[in-house]
Parts: sequence; C-alpha cells; structure tokens
Amino acid sequence: MPALFTVFGKEFLENLRDRRTLLSALLFGPLFGPLLFGAMVSRMLDQSVVESDEPLQITISGGERAPNLCHYLESQGVRLVSVSLSEEAARAAVRKGVSPVVLIVPAEYGPRFTQGMPAPLLLVADSSDAQTRKSADRIRMLLAGYDSGVAQLRLQIRGLNPLLAVPVAVNEIDVTTPTGRAVVVLGFMTYFVLFAVLMGGLYLAIDSTAGERERGSLEALLSLPVARAALVGGKILATCAYMCLSLAICLTAFVVVFHFVPLERLGMSANLGVGTALIFFTICLPFVPLGAALMTLVASFTRSYREAQTYLTSVLLVPTLPIAFASIYSLKTKSSLMFIPSLSQHLLMTSVLKDEPIAPLDVVVSAGSALGLALMLIVLTARHWRRETMLG
Amino acid sequence: MIEAAALCKRFGAIEAVREVSFVARDGEITGLLGPNGAGKSTTLRMLYGVVTPDSGRACIDGIDIRGETSSARAHLGVLPHATGLYGNLTARENIEYFGALQGIGRERLHVRTAELARSLGMESFIERRTKGFSQGQRIKVALARALVHDPANLVLDEPTNGLDVMAIRNLRDMLQELKSQGRCILFSSHVMQEVAALCDQVVIIGQGRVLAQGTLQSIRELGGTSSLEEAFLQILGPAEGFD
Repeated sequence: MPALFTVFGKEFLENLRDRRTLLSALLFGPLFGPLLFGAMVSRMLDQSVVESDEPLQITISGGERAPNLCHYLESQGVRLVSVSLSEEAARAAVRKGVSPVVLIVPAEYGPRFTQGMPAPLLLVADSSDAQTRKSADRIRMLLAGYDSGVAQLRLQIRGLNPLLAVPVAVNEIDVTTPTGRAVVVLGFMTYFVLFAVLMGGLYLAIDSTAGERERGSLEALLSLPVARAALVGGKILATCAYMCLSLAICLTAFVVVFHFVPLERLGMSANLGVGTALIFFTICLPFVPLGAALMTLVASFTRSYREAQTYLTSVLLVPTLPIAFASIYSLKTKSSLMFIPSLSQHLLMTSVLKDEPIAPLDVVVSAGSALGLALMLIVLTARHWRRETMLG
Repeated sequence: MIEAAALCKRFGAIEAVREVSFVARDGEITGLLGPNGAGKSTTLRMLYGVVTPDSGRACIDGIDIRGETSSARAHLGVLPHATGLYGNLTARENIEYFGALQGIGRERLHVRTAELARSLGMESFIERRTKGFSQGQRIKVALARALVHDPANLVLDEPTNGLDVMAIRNLRDMLQELKSQGRCILFSSHVMQEVAALCDQVVIIGQGRVLAQGTLQSIRELGGTSSLEEAFLQILGPAEGFD
C-alpha cells in the first residue's frame, strides 16, 4: 500500500512540472467546453432576440395590384420594398441572396379577388437558409391572418356567421418550463463535462505508461520489489486526481459562463449554480476511475507516446457514442439505462438541469456500474503489467 | 552471490537461452561476454526476475528471485539496458523515488542519498532536474538509483553503451570501488577489452549457451593463445558459424 502512494506522489509531482500536461489537463481540456459553449449560446440567443424585434422586410413585386394587402402588411410592421420582377428574376434574386424573401402579386390577382375566387400569390424563399426561413415563416403567418380576415368579412357581408368558417379552435399548451426550454440548448453541455474529465487524465495516462517505456525507465521500475498492482494503482490514482481537478475547473467555468450568458432574455433559466455544479461533480465522480483505467489500459499496450496519443484520441470519443445514440432516439431517463456509463451521467445531469426529481436508486446504479467496470479494467491493467511483454 | 542454474527460455520458435549455469561470487566482478543476440540480456532479465525462466532457477544470496515482491530483490541492485530517468524530477528525487519503493524510510533515505552523492561525485548536480544531463551524469544517477537500498549484489546490462571514454573510466573506477566493498557484481558486455580490464571471472555466452567460463587466464588457456581476443574468437567460432 505505501508503494501505491509513493507512485501516486511521484506521478502527481512529475506531471505538475510538465507544461504540456498542465496546459492540456488543467487549461485547454476543462475550459474548451465552457468557453465554446458560452460563445455559441450567447450568439444564438442574441440572434433570436434580435430577429423577433427587428421589423420584417420583404421585397414585393406587383404590389400596386393588391393595395389592401400592402396596407395590411404595413400595418403589421412589415417594410415593403417595391420592385418589378418576373418569377424567374425573383427566383434568381432569392437564390443569390439579394432579397431574402420575394412576394409576387400576379396580374390575375385583382380580377380573381374581386370575383371571390382564390387569388394567387407567389412567395419565393429558400427554406435551406435558416435566416430567410424565419422571415418566410413570419410572412406566411401574416398572410394566413389576412386570408382568414378577408374570409370572415366576406361571410359577414353575405349574412353568414363568420364563425362557421372556424370549425376548430386549436389552443396550444406548451408544457416546457423555462428551464426545460433551456435544456434543448444545453443538451450537449454534458458531453463537454465528460470530455473535460477524460482530457484531465489523458497525458498522465500516456506519460505513466507509454512514456515510461519510451523514456527507458520502465525496466528499472519493474525490477523493484513492488507488486505490479501497486504500480498500476498508483498511476491510475494520479490520473484520477488530475481528472478530478479538470472536472472541478470545467464545472467552475460553466458556473461562471452561465452567470454571464443572457438565458433569461428568452424566458429560460439555467439551473446551474454552485449547488448544481457540486451535484454534477458527484454524478461524474464514478466516471473518473473508469476513464482513468480505460486510458491507462489502452496506453499500456502501446509502444510509444505517439502511438498512445493516436489510440487515446479515439477513447475521447467513446463517451459521445451513447450520448449521440440517446439524442437520436430521444431516450428519457430510465433505470435500465443507468447501467451504461457516460449515458447515465448524461441523463442524470440533464435531469438535474431540468429540475426533475432523481431516483436515488438511479444514482446508485449509475455509480455502481461505472465503478464496477472501472475495477474490472484496473484488474485487467494490473494483469497486463505482470506479463513479460510489458518490457517490450 | 548470484546463481544461474540451468536457465532456459524460449520465445516462440527461438531458443534464446539454453541451460545457462554460472555463479557470480561476492567480492568479484563477473563479466557476461558475448556477441549481440547471444542471450545476455535475457539471462540477466531472468536473474533480476522480470522474465520467468521456462526451466531452471535464478537465486540471489540463495533466495529464488521469482515473484515480483520476492525478498531476493531487496538484495539486488539492477541497472537495466535502458537507464532512463524522469526528466522532470531532480537527481535526488529520481534516487529517492526508487528508495521509497524499496521501502526505505524517509530519514534513512536522505542520509543514503547524500552518501551516494558523495561517493559517486554527484553533489554538484544532485538538486538539478535530470532533463539535459550528460550521459556520464545520467549513468551516475542510474547507478545511485540501483544502489540506493545498499544491495550486496549488482547486475548491470551493457552499462558502458553510449558512454564516452571519460565516463567509461569513471564507471570502471566505481565498479572497482563497489567490488572492494565486498559486493557481487555481474555485468554484460559485447566488448572484450572492457571485460578484460575489469573482470575477475568471465562467462562467455553464444547462441544462448555458456561456451566457456573461468578466470581470464583460464580463458586464454582454453583458447590456446596468449591473446584474449584470439581466445574469445576461438571459443565463439563454431557457435557463431565462423571458420
């Protein structure tokens, strides 16, 4: 046992003096997620806030044929730019992005309108462009409003109850809580947290195994009267320590970032204060030894630093798989899913963000399965270290 | 005392070591001499217990080395072929890390490290990080690391590799000093002159077999020549396929 702590102490100190380890474990790894996330979310929020406030501007061709419609649109705050474009020219203009949305009033609009027949309008927009799609959606809603307004007016003039034309009244009830709405935006933040956990230990896992071999210090170490399990244990423990540090830094950064991101402006509240961060830390803690053991095991099989780096980069992607799977099939928190590490952490953290109640059993299963798997990997690593092939 | 008794080791189809037996005695320097690929490293690795022999026994002071926590290891210092140090640790930290893993208490370790620093002439760089050390400085630290628990036996695998003339002479003096303290020293080399300059006993090994062993004088007689180099080639000849 003392040997385990000797190894731990040496690995911890040695890597504390290594600039590469420090930068990746305690700076880039944990801060990459929160910073990118903060920048992205605040940009997204800025955009959607600005868009709903901004007056809608559309290009209209043949507007003089529909003065009433133009009146209506202008009264709804739409800025109309009158031009004269053929259908072809309008298509080209939208495709090139000269005008985001073009509304064409064809020549037969007037006559058909007065006859009480459906009067044609052409709305030219590009639905693959998120920006113009929003403008097109807004103009579509306004046109639908004009449409039903005129319809009801016509019925009234003919002495019919205009409500006859409204057979169904749909009232939408959105049950999303303000926090819930934010979760859609925050869904992928959990991956950044797990990424930071792994990044924290990445270089240490490499340095203490493949690095030891490449440096030529492995054989001397293995010839000491120390159980290999103690060597492996100390190395994994040191890796865990760096991963915990990285996790703590990452969560702190998230708390700070969320303090500044204006989620409230969209009626959302991000449930990420110091308390939540501590719960996140607890949820992720069992994932730490699992990641450390996995990275150490993989790195133990490699011959050089470079080879280890190559393999471990793919290990970084492992926790994304269940999370990606979960979002494709929109899996909800279920007890059976708590057996899958990384997915269980993701689901639990999401539940916390949504302010949903968490079953204590789920937490126990999530932690238990991660720790159980970690133990298995540690035993495998220690076994590998006992083999002669370790010498290379 | 280091004993190899009928050590055999095969890697797949290759018989790396076949029935190697010899004894390296206390107060003597024993040289394991042989060309590259003769099985020197594998033999030494079996002696310090990182490779398990298929058959045969390796004993240090009469204790079987097998098992990673074998008490035999406490009697043995090892300088493997690769003598890498931890570059971000100081020379002292490198030595004390191994000492701590040998189970030496903090205070005794401090005294012992100071002692080694003095006797190996490391005082000027003992507190410096080993990154950027010269080969000569590195070998001193590696040697101190192997001697930190004051073992009665020392095994060195081609210790002079990559050293310059000055460093080789230094190492030679250090080994002589260790021998005069009554330790048992076993080292491997493929350089005949080195063995000639240092050893009391020579074990010549080729293609995994012991071809000859004895004092320098008896080796010369065995080869039927007054030149050690001739004798070495004579003994090695048939095994290595020379005519």
